[in-house]
Amino acid sequence: MTIDFLGISLQSYSWQTVLGSSISGVFLGSIYALVALGLTLIYGVLHIINFAHGSLLMLAMYAVFFLWNILGLDPYLSMLIVVPGGYLFGYTLQRTIIGKASHGKDEITLLVMLGVSIVMENTALFFFTATDRSVRVPYDLDGFDLGVTYVVYPEIAALLGSLLITLVLWFFMSYTDTGKAIRAVSKERQGARLVGINVEHIFAVSFGIGTACVAAAAALLVPTYAVHPQIGYLFVLIAFTVVVLGGMGSFVGALAGGLIIGVTEQLGRLYLGESLGLITISVIFIIVLLFRPTGLFGSKSS
Amino acid sequence: MSNRVRLIGWCTFLVMLSLIPLFITSGRWIDFLEMTMFVAVLGQGWNILGGYGGQYSFGNALFFGTGAYIQALLQFKFGLSPWFSLWFALAGTALVGAMVGYLSFRYGLRGSYFALITLAFAEAFHVLSRSLTAITEGGHGVQLTLNQNPDQAISTFQFNFAGDFLKAYGFYYTIFSIMLIAFCAVWLMERSRFGAQLVAVRENEDAAEALGINTFRVKMGAICFSASITAMAGVYYTQKFLFIEPGIAYGPAKSVEALFAPIVGGLGTVIGPLLGSFFIHGVGEITKEMIGHVLGNRPGVDLILFGVILVLVLAFLPRGLAGLVEDLWKRIFRGRNA
Repeated sequence: MTIDFLGISLQSYSWQTVLGSSISGVFLGSIYALVALGLTLIYGVLHIINFAHGSLLMLAMYAVFFLWNILGLDPYLSMLIVVPGGYLFGYTLQRTIIGKASHGKDEITLLVMLGVSIVMENTALFFFTATDRSVRVPYDLDGFDLGVTYVVYPEIAALLGSLLITLVLWFFMSYTDTGKAIRAVSKERQGARLVGINVEHIFAVSFGIGTACVAAAAALLVPTYAVHPQIGYLFVLIAFTVVVLGGMGSFVGALAGGLIIGVTEQLGRLYLGESLGLITISVIFIIVLLFRPTGLFGSKSS
Repeated sequence: MSNRVRLIGWCTFLVMLSLIPLFITSGRWIDFLEMTMFVAVLGQGWNILGGYGGQYSFGNALFFGTGAYIQALLQFKFGLSPWFSLWFALAGTALVGAMVGYLSFRYGLRGSYFALITLAFAEAFHVLSRSLTAITEGGHGVQLTLNQNPDQAISTFQFNFAGDFLKAYGFYYTIFSIMLIAFCAVWLMERSRFGAQLVAVRENEDAAEALGINTFRVKMGAICFSASITAMAGVYYTQKFLFIEPGIAYGPAKSVEALFAPIVGGLGTVIGPLLGSFFIHGVGEITKEMIGHVLGNRPGVDLILFGVILVLVLAFLPRGLAGLVEDLWKRIFRGRNA
């Protein structure tokens, strides 16, 4: 059955095709969740959407690419370097530029982050040019045939990686002193300061951890995605949607939101076509912002 | 700075700007000034809602693109005169502004959330303009072909009714007039009751509400006003380049350009967007020139600098260049008296 409307044709598909699309949607969604994890952590603490998140992802992907290109380091092994590197970079960025320039005002922080991301994106454009760069690993096309779809190992690694990072973050926030301090600052800034928590330090630590997450995501993404200076923009809009859908500040929400968005996008592409299929993401984003800005797992107070 | 000095300064500046084509005939300079005034209009559109109302939109390309597309499509599909279709472009964009405003303000979105929803709408329109090929011609964009016969001149602003001079500098004076209209409208708004209410909403929305201001209505007015001014920039763009496509119309570049000028120039001031636009474009041209000699023509340099300027202004000049000029003036003036 086919319906035509304004040049879009809607038709029904067999359940195998739909299932296949949904499964590849789950894998795609785990990538979105990975990018969103760092974003949701930073939002939870600073109560600011990090507009520089996509650019940080892009820079980390370049780092992974050059480690592979120059030193021949496997992308997954390069995590040992880019994750601590990302933490240091994020910590320093927040401590020296973002925190200082924004005078403690939320709206200004938003704009400072935008400025920082413009600088990072165009610095990458200037030095690395707009050329697509991709990492070839010997195993990037190996995988499983699930009957309805084919899954490559890098996709499985991304799914497992996102589950693992969610788990690690959750443990860190629940059981370590720093994690507890981060939660205290996110709940009540002034109160945390009064009990002796160095709030500025905690801001920078959260920003550092968020950047470390995005660096880990970069390492998991590089085997399947080519790097170019605008790649961050592609992911960051989706990551915003994931974070809002899951509830800002919630790790489980980011994971669930990522999977939902991934599956919706794939089904949207299947039914509405490659181009219009992307509208599903914007529509979900707008609907969630309007009717449930706290998201699926967000706390009611925020 | 007393009001009279300010007014005299303003008028001198505008008269100078309007006389420039008489003295400078270099195409490059005229292009530079046209682009500067274009971004000033784009920035003024953002300034109404962001600068005066404190509602930071990250998706003003939505209004720019909608204005540009309506202007292009009415001519392309129905052969309307550009002078006629521009009213539909303004009204249609104001309607889109009203829709976005109604949804976001009715549901009380502020701060980050408002920034996100404007971004989401711009992205939704981006996808739609790319996909609904039956209406928008899709990713190829709309190309308006120039018709040489002045009686059937459907696809460009024609200045044949005027003399040769206006014919040559038609676009310069078009954007100059658009800018003049936009700036006068904002100047009047600043002095009106509505303007005062809008500033009250920016300073403290709950307090404004408590004082009996209908904050929803004020914000709705501001977003429609902002949308129409931004649409004027879109109309100009379509007529100047006779081409529009989804990336230019709804891509993030225009949203960013729109907020740059007023922030650098001075948020919530009439002159801010123009000052900022002049400064940024001036610096951009100079760096391109200088870097071009050293490193060859590589993209990105001017934008790196824009980002750095934005962060520096936010860090050290919270009131922008307009605030800096004001402070310097005061210092000199006091210095003379003492």
